[in-house]
Amino acid sequence: MSIDVQRIRAEFPVLRQQVHGRDLVYLDNAATTQKPRAVIDALRRYYEHDNANVHRGVHALSERATAAYEGARASLRALLNARSVREIVFVRGATEGINLVASSWGGTHVGAGDEVLITGMEHHSNIVPWQMLCERVGATLKVLPIDQRGALCLDQLDALLSERTKLVGVVHLSNALGTINPVSEIIRRAHAVGAKVLIDGAQAVAHMPIDVQALDCDFYVTSAHKMYGPTGIGVLYAKEALLEAMPPYQGGGDMIRMVTFERTEYNELPYKFEAGTPNIAGAIGFAAAVAWLSAQGVERLAAHEQQLLDYATERAAACDGLRLIGTASRRATVLSFVLDGVHPHDLGTILDREGIAIRAGHHCAMPVMQHFGVPATARASFAAYNTREEVDALFAALAKARALFA
Amino acid sequence: MFDLRDLYQQVIVDHNKHPRNFGKLSRYNHEADGYNPLCGDRLHVYLDIDASGRIADVSFEGEGCAISMASASLMTEAMKGRSVEEMREVFDAFQRMVTDDLDALPDEERLGKLTVLAGVREFPSRIKCATLCWHTLKAAADDTAEVVKTE
Repeated sequence: MSIDVQRIRAEFPVLRQQVHGRDLVYLDNAATTQKPRAVIDALRRYYEHDNANVHRGVHALSERATAAYEGARASLRALLNARSVREIVFVRGATEGINLVASSWGGTHVGAGDEVLITGMEHHSNIVPWQMLCERVGATLKVLPIDQRGALCLDQLDALLSERTKLVGVVHLSNALGTINPVSEIIRRAHAVGAKVLIDGAQAVAHMPIDVQALDCDFYVTSAHKMYGPTGIGVLYAKEALLEAMPPYQGGGDMIRMVTFERTEYNELPYKFEAGTPNIAGAIGFAAAVAWLSAQGVERLAAHEQQLLDYATERAAACDGLRLIGTASRRATVLSFVLDGVHPHDLGTILDREGIAIRAGHHCAMPVMQHFGVPATARASFAAYNTREEVDALFAALAKARALFA
Repeated sequence: MFDLRDLYQQVIVDHNKHPRNFGKLSRYNHEADGYNPLCGDRLHVYLDIDASGRIADVSFEGEGCAISMASASLMTEAMKGRSVEEMREVFDAFQRMVTDDLDALPDEERLGKLTVLAGVREFPSRIKCATLCWHTLKAAADDTAEVVKTE
């Protein structure tokens, strides 16, 4: 069933504006998505009516804020199909989720001589925390390479996995290439050697249904702001037994049960990992985004985005001098490319003057750029509110850019 | 309405396509690296300063956007034969030009042909592309060992 794009667009106030005298065409959704009215309203409503600290107050506002905050946790549990809300830890975003796992789980389960395996298409957020861990404990970081189309070289996976492999970190949907990785297969093969698996779902959750139990992943992280929610909030899913055995990531208020100067007894899950006053408003906005996404139907939105990506890919093939970076058979939302004779940054500036927002750069995935031998790419990325006409506007602007540089 | 052609003037497009003084000098006594971590632009400047403090020759290598390539190319053309002291004056005038108010007139006398880059002041995110080569040149003259970063 197709979606009514105009009706969806009407729910996003930011889209109703002109940039440099042109209707805004927002194609930088892999960086962050825009927010629907429902999310903006939820944030405002919270601050106007319910603002209070959570978990401690006995007054009405604190009880309302606590109920809303814990309700948000329940929404995320349902969205990801986790077994329990005890497995849902609020963090600042996917980056903090990975750092939490690398620091807490990694610090106690990865030692000298062990290995962490990541892939050649990871975002810096799924590279650097592991590098830091490996350096600290004397472990080795291994990398599963990618091929010329931007797909993982799965045939090399088994050779890289061994009983030394403690953790495998894989991006679900690549922000630089759009590749959807066969994570179930990777999880199965990693588990066969006893490794745990962390899936970086920062890009994925807005574009495909996620079932952490079906995937059987050990850790899954994502950020609200890439799925129509606010910035500064994200979630770490982890299997309860793993969280139970992990030491706290940060110390402070809320993560304790009892404190004396001699010792501290930690709070139960998931609070053990949520030190300090959390991003209450963010969690409430996150829940509103989840509700919005679920009401639309992730699969319906994804089907619409896939049509846009297919159409854009078709237009790209017919565009003289354009080279797509990332042509794996399973892709979503991202069209990454370079244009002969026009550097991506110049392209970004030129398109901006046409009212079109794209991303130009290394997309926090410098090793991907090195693999393809380009300093940067231009990236258009689609969301539920984008239209076929906007794809046309993109390609009209690309033609203009080439003419300007001819 | 601002025209893109004001930024991407024909001179800039031409210098981007055919950068002047591109490549390593056969003889040089100063050099420096420049890097813009935001966009990945990399530059290397080679400088041959003679005994009297005059820039006998200057060249650059690297990759980057049209603004950074053209700026480096124009810079090498403008600086060849000038004294290091003059180079510092032009450096200051160039910095002023690209960060000035939109209606301020550039110092044409000092900057000459370099005024074609005045348009970048309209594009705050692109100013560093134009100034990277100048910082790198200055670092080369000062024999700064560290890589020049625009961030």
